[in-house]
Amino acid sequence: MGQLFAVELIYRGVFQKTLAKNISRAIVLAAHEEGKWGISFGRYSDSPERNGIPAKSFAIVATDEETLQLGMAHYEPEQVDVTVVLDDTLCRGIESWAWNGVQAVNRATKPGGTLIVTSTQTVDELLKLVHRRDQPYKLGIVKGIASSSGMWVYKNDHTDVRVLGAIAKAAPELVSQKSVENYITSHLKDALKVTSARTAYERFNAVDVKPGQGNPEELRHYQLPKWEQMDSGLAIKGQPQGGPYADPATNKLGGYRPARNERFQKYTTRTERPVVNFQTCTKCTLCWLNCPDGSFDVTPDGTYDANLEACCGCGICEAICPVKNCITMINEVHFTDNSSQWLAFKKDKCTYLEWLQATIAEPAKERTHGFRYRGQYQEQVPQALEIAQKS
Amino acid sequence: MATLTVPVTEQKKTYEQEALITGAEAIAVACKLANVDVVTAYPIRPYDTVMQYMSQLIADGEMDCEFIVADGEHSQFEIVKHASVCGARVFSGSSGVGWMYAMEALTVSPALRVPIVALVGNRALDDPGAFGVEHNDALAVRDLGWNLVWVDSGQEALDTALIAYRFAEDPRIFVPLAISCDGAFLTHSQALVNIPTPEQVKKFLPRYNRGNLLLHPDNVISVAPQCNEDWVMEIRRQNYEVTERACDVLKEVYADFERVFGRKYGNPFFEEYMTEDAEIVLFGMGTLSTPVEVTIRKLRAQGKKVGFVRLRWFRPFAGAEIAKALERFRGIGVIDRDVSFGSPDLSGVVATELRSAMYTHAKTRPPVLDFLCGLGGREVTVADVEKIADITFQAANGKPQPLTQWIGLRG
Repeated sequence: MGQLFAVELIYRGVFQKTLAKNISRAIVLAAHEEGKWGISFGRYSDSPERNGIPAKSFAIVATDEETLQLGMAHYEPEQVDVTVVLDDTLCRGIESWAWNGVQAVNRATKPGGTLIVTSTQTVDELLKLVHRRDQPYKLGIVKGIASSSGMWVYKNDHTDVRVLGAIAKAAPELVSQKSVENYITSHLKDALKVTSARTAYERFNAVDVKPGQGNPEELRHYQLPKWEQMDSGLAIKGQPQGGPYADPATNKLGGYRPARNERFQKYTTRTERPVVNFQTCTKCTLCWLNCPDGSFDVTPDGTYDANLEACCGCGICEAICPVKNCITMINEVHFTDNSSQWLAFKKDKCTYLEWLQATIAEPAKERTHGFRYRGQYQEQVPQALEIAQKS
Repeated sequence: MATLTVPVTEQKKTYEQEALITGAEAIAVACKLANVDVVTAYPIRPYDTVMQYMSQLIADGEMDCEFIVADGEHSQFEIVKHASVCGARVFSGSSGVGWMYAMEALTVSPALRVPIVALVGNRALDDPGAFGVEHNDALAVRDLGWNLVWVDSGQEALDTALIAYRFAEDPRIFVPLAISCDGAFLTHSQALVNIPTPEQVKKFLPRYNRGNLLLHPDNVISVAPQCNEDWVMEIRRQNYEVTERACDVLKEVYADFERVFGRKYGNPFFEEYMTEDAEIVLFGMGTLSTPVEVTIRKLRAQGKKVGFVRLRWFRPFAGAEIAKALERFRGIGVIDRDVSFGSPDLSGVVATELRSAMYTHAKTRPPVLDFLCGLGGREVTVADVEKIADITFQAANGKPQPLTQWIGLRG
């Protein structure tokens, strides 16, 4: 029996769908340059056409066809040699379509395998997001912002080949750097891309992550029901009504918090979150009315608190809020939990408002996905290339 | 055996290029090579991969055809029916409920003797709305005069699409044909596929010639009349004649395919894997061949002699040949990726069909157990197949087993 390898690419739909596909195809074709066999596919149950949704693409590679068939006998590999995360905001966990719970990005990474993240953050910063686990693995960074490379209107910033170079460094037995370069020369026909891949290969350095190191958050686990436990006729019980909740200072009940489906926490779709100034809020209700996910809780004060387990981070509240800087969308990498902003505000107003002012100042305001104005991505391309060259 | 690339016999140049493409894309490439004239499309997953790739081939200038995005599946199949009557080589396809929405157009086509070739990207029928593979969609036309084939790799998808045109457009046949590709496992998985040369395809696939059935000002005919009871039965008998010939014509086509392309498919109707010394066999259609074959290798390492027969052609159903191939085993475990609600023994379609063929043709009557497995896109796992083989062995050893069982169900 020969050797079997697997790589998973975790990305955000829809902007990174082509990038992920290009990379997983390239892995198979580069490995084929050295006589290996492989298949490449995007996980079928994902809906990567939706903006921001976490999704996965896979490359399965083997030294011979019979071994490859062994790998194909499982649709989704249970363990992968390399996990690539193409947007560092995904590091807090991912939930795709009807997955019943959030899962850690390193869940399928083999013991001793490598997690590669495209990010401008440091390893230590990323380990605040990536969940801890019992087996050791390696973590390495390909410096760069979340790329939309390969999408038809966007410039190609070489993220595809830089990731390939990093994979060749992390798992040389899967694909050698020489094969990566041969693939680029024969298929992409771009000498500059060969240089980019080689530079990434030379610079890539993965550090050991010890068991227990990382984000201590416990992820919820759900048990799917048996067939005879399910309601018949495809009838799904509605959520119970919500109700008022307590003001932490006075313990008096007030406001309204709708009951939500605890099995579907939408926050992993989010690349940025609304940060609310409860002092300048005029209680106009516009954010609450216009939020497509009903994610605002009415506080006992009558202000509106974005419930961060329900919020997808679409930014409509920021756009619709008539008060300057009352709701500001902030890049998700600056947060490690989903705790209530209103409770923090009630606990200590001065500290909260100081934190708010510091947070809504640049550069935390910078977005990873979606843009504040037309043409912003084009402006970011030189910046991305600069990061790539300096890293 | 089902391999990722079918073994190539010695020939100087057997293919033009190698491409990393999905099963659906492989069919688009076959349509390009077959120089299809009219294609109708309407998006539904998982079939839509073929229309996306084909529109890309057209946009890239690699393919030239009338590509019509219809207003729905019914129109899709009405348009190709009419185009086919006018002498155009046509392609269409759908999945799941989309295929069902076309049903009226699907039922009218066989009697008009139009060789439509369609891709069914197998998908569970609603409700519940789901994307995953189930074979009930394509099987819904099994009694209507359509020919139906299941493939299990990108290479087989490409080759079978070429075979499909040659077979369907044979004047002795002239009925529509659907190629089934399992959703996700085949339609959306990119594997390395050898693409033949246009010269080879030209040698294998003649022009579509409707002869005196061509609707054309130079050949004045009227097609699709309304009939009373004086006519219908005779018309049915005409279509029935096609099914009488179909197996023989298919054998000819496969022999010719091997001669031109050098790729051997052996028996056209089904494929045997490790059956020579097998005591029991498993029987099923489509991509479940992958976990089944992997499991068989595992079981054989433990000394358990299991084989696998993968059914390719469900219509025509080569009953006598299949029964003859299966009568020698002590037990048969059918894996049905479909349900036939209320059928005899509440089994799936394939098991019911096989039992019927065995009753008529088999000299011995090994137990034929049915396993409903892998519905709605659920994986048929190695553990599932081990369980299926184990139960079939028990039945073979004289320990009675339920005739139909659910495998891989939460319960």
